Amino acid sequence: MSDRGFTAVAEINPPLPVRRTDLVSSVTSSAASLFNGFFEWFGELGIFSWRVLTAAVTPPYEWRELIRQLDEVGSKSLPLVAMAGAAIGVIISLEARYSLTRFGAKSMFPATLVYSVIQVMGPVITGLVVSGRVGAGMGAELASMKVTEQIDAIEASAINPYRLLAATRILACILMLPLLTLATDACALLTGWFAQALVEPLSFHQFISSGFNGATFNAFLPQTFKTAVYGLIIGLIACFQGMRTRGGAAGVGRAATNSVVLASLFLILADVVLVKFILVFFT
Amino acid sequence: MATAYDIATQQAEPEQGGLAPVVAVENVYKSFAGHKVLNGISLRVKQGETLAVLGRSGTGKSVLLRLIIGLDTPDSGSVCIHGQYIAGLALDRMGEIRKKMGFLFQQAALYDSLTVRENVAFPLEHHRRDLSKSERSERVRQLLAEVGMDGDLEKMPSDISGGMQKRVGLARALALEPEILLLDEPTAGLDPISSGEIDELILKLQRERQMASIVVTHDLHSAKTIAGRLALLNEGDVVIEGTFEDLQQSDIGFVKEFLQQS
Repeated sequence: MSDRGFTAVAEINPPLPVRRTDLVSSVTSSAASLFNGFFEWFGELGIFSWRVLTAAVTPPYEWRELIRQLDEVGSKSLPLVAMAGAAIGVIISLEARYSLTRFGAKSMFPATLVYSVIQVMGPVITGLVVSGRVGAGMGAELASMKVTEQIDAIEASAINPYRLLAATRILACILMLPLLTLATDACALLTGWFAQALVEPLSFHQFISSGFNGATFNAFLPQTFKTAVYGLIIGLIACFQGMRTRGGAAGVGRAATNSVVLASLFLILADVVLVKFILVFFT
Repeated sequence: MATAYDIATQQAEPEQGGLAPVVAVENVYKSFAGHKVLNGISLRVKQGETLAVLGRSGTGKSVLLRLIIGLDTPDSGSVCIHGQYIAGLALDRMGEIRKKMGFLFQQAALYDSLTVRENVAFPLEHHRRDLSKSERSERVRQLLAEVGMDGDLEKMPSDISGGMQKRVGLARALALEPEILLLDEPTAGLDPISSGEIDELILKLQRERQMASIVVTHDLHSAKTIAGRLALLNEGDVVIEGTFEDLQQSDIGFVKEFLQQS
């Protein structure tokens, strides 16, 4: 259609003026809905957490399912976190060597690598990798079970789904995250040392003794075991998103995406609090 | 003032004269997002009796079953199982009541990561730990033989037909030897031969086990075959309740229309 044609149409049907009051009421209503949704989500998460907690501490305990989930979260995530750790080790090694050489502090290389990996990168990378793999998997699995009424079938069979499905998965995440973090740290230190050793001779023993020189348990243990909180966040968010899913295949997709996005976001936010907590109480 | 716990643990008064109903639904209302689904419905089922709940799609038949087994809660009114009000019961306490109930879901709802054998063994592994592994296996085999599925023990649910999934779902529902059987559209989506086989199977189980059964269906032929009493729902309430002959003799316009269209 020509410009003239558009003008003619516009003259025949002039656009309706947007009333200011309509716009204000629409924005107010959207904000109220967002606000309600926000508090509703946290309210439901609170109820869900209480149900899982009460189910987890009362018998019968689902040992077999817990062991299956330990394998699912732990053993099956191990190759992934090991590879991520190995890559991070090389990256930090390359970056640290360049920066430290520039400032004439090359002798600090082992300690820089050890502290960077164990205190910062190892826990966060492990958390994010597990959040991606396990969070999405759990969210999608439980959401699929929910929309196909399998969770209802479990409940109808007089089995508490919060105990069988949620408590076991969350506990497995809590127990496995610190162990996976140790694996990430070990791989990162190994490849970090290897990358350095390729450039200039440095024995592994020398690297480790120099890196950990003067270090106390308080410098490393809280940073490693804080990942249990990451595990709680990943497991809780994934199970919650999965078990409240509605709406068929689209709902399953949304649950998987939301599980990963929200778990990663809360994990990073929690890290802010945890770092401060560790600095106050453990240093 | 009675607390929620008092109400939950209160025992219903047995009916004067005759057996007390094992399932009693009294004046139940249920809405979803402002849409009224059940509108003050009341139903009672006694031991050994089969009630078919009929009605058009979306009249709240499946919701009624979900309320009876406690998967949903009524907005008002009460559901009483074996004289026990189930509103407000904790999940584990409700579990004790559910052990006496079997539920066949409309789409069977088999656990898709477990084999046919594991699906039927699932309730037994959780609630019959007193049985040895071989006793449980034998029980699973018997249940699957009862529904004609003992040749497909190691198949996955995705590898069997809809009718076969319903049979496996029925075997799973019967695993804990329930006193109450709830069947949600047992013949929906099946060809006439498979529907007839499922009807025969339900009749056989009822004769042998004398359970109280509630069958939700929109298949009048199936309802007539398996149930002694029929309840026709419209707009969330019972329009008529009685035998098939009572429905045939009814002057109510909706009943006549439903029978004509079925």
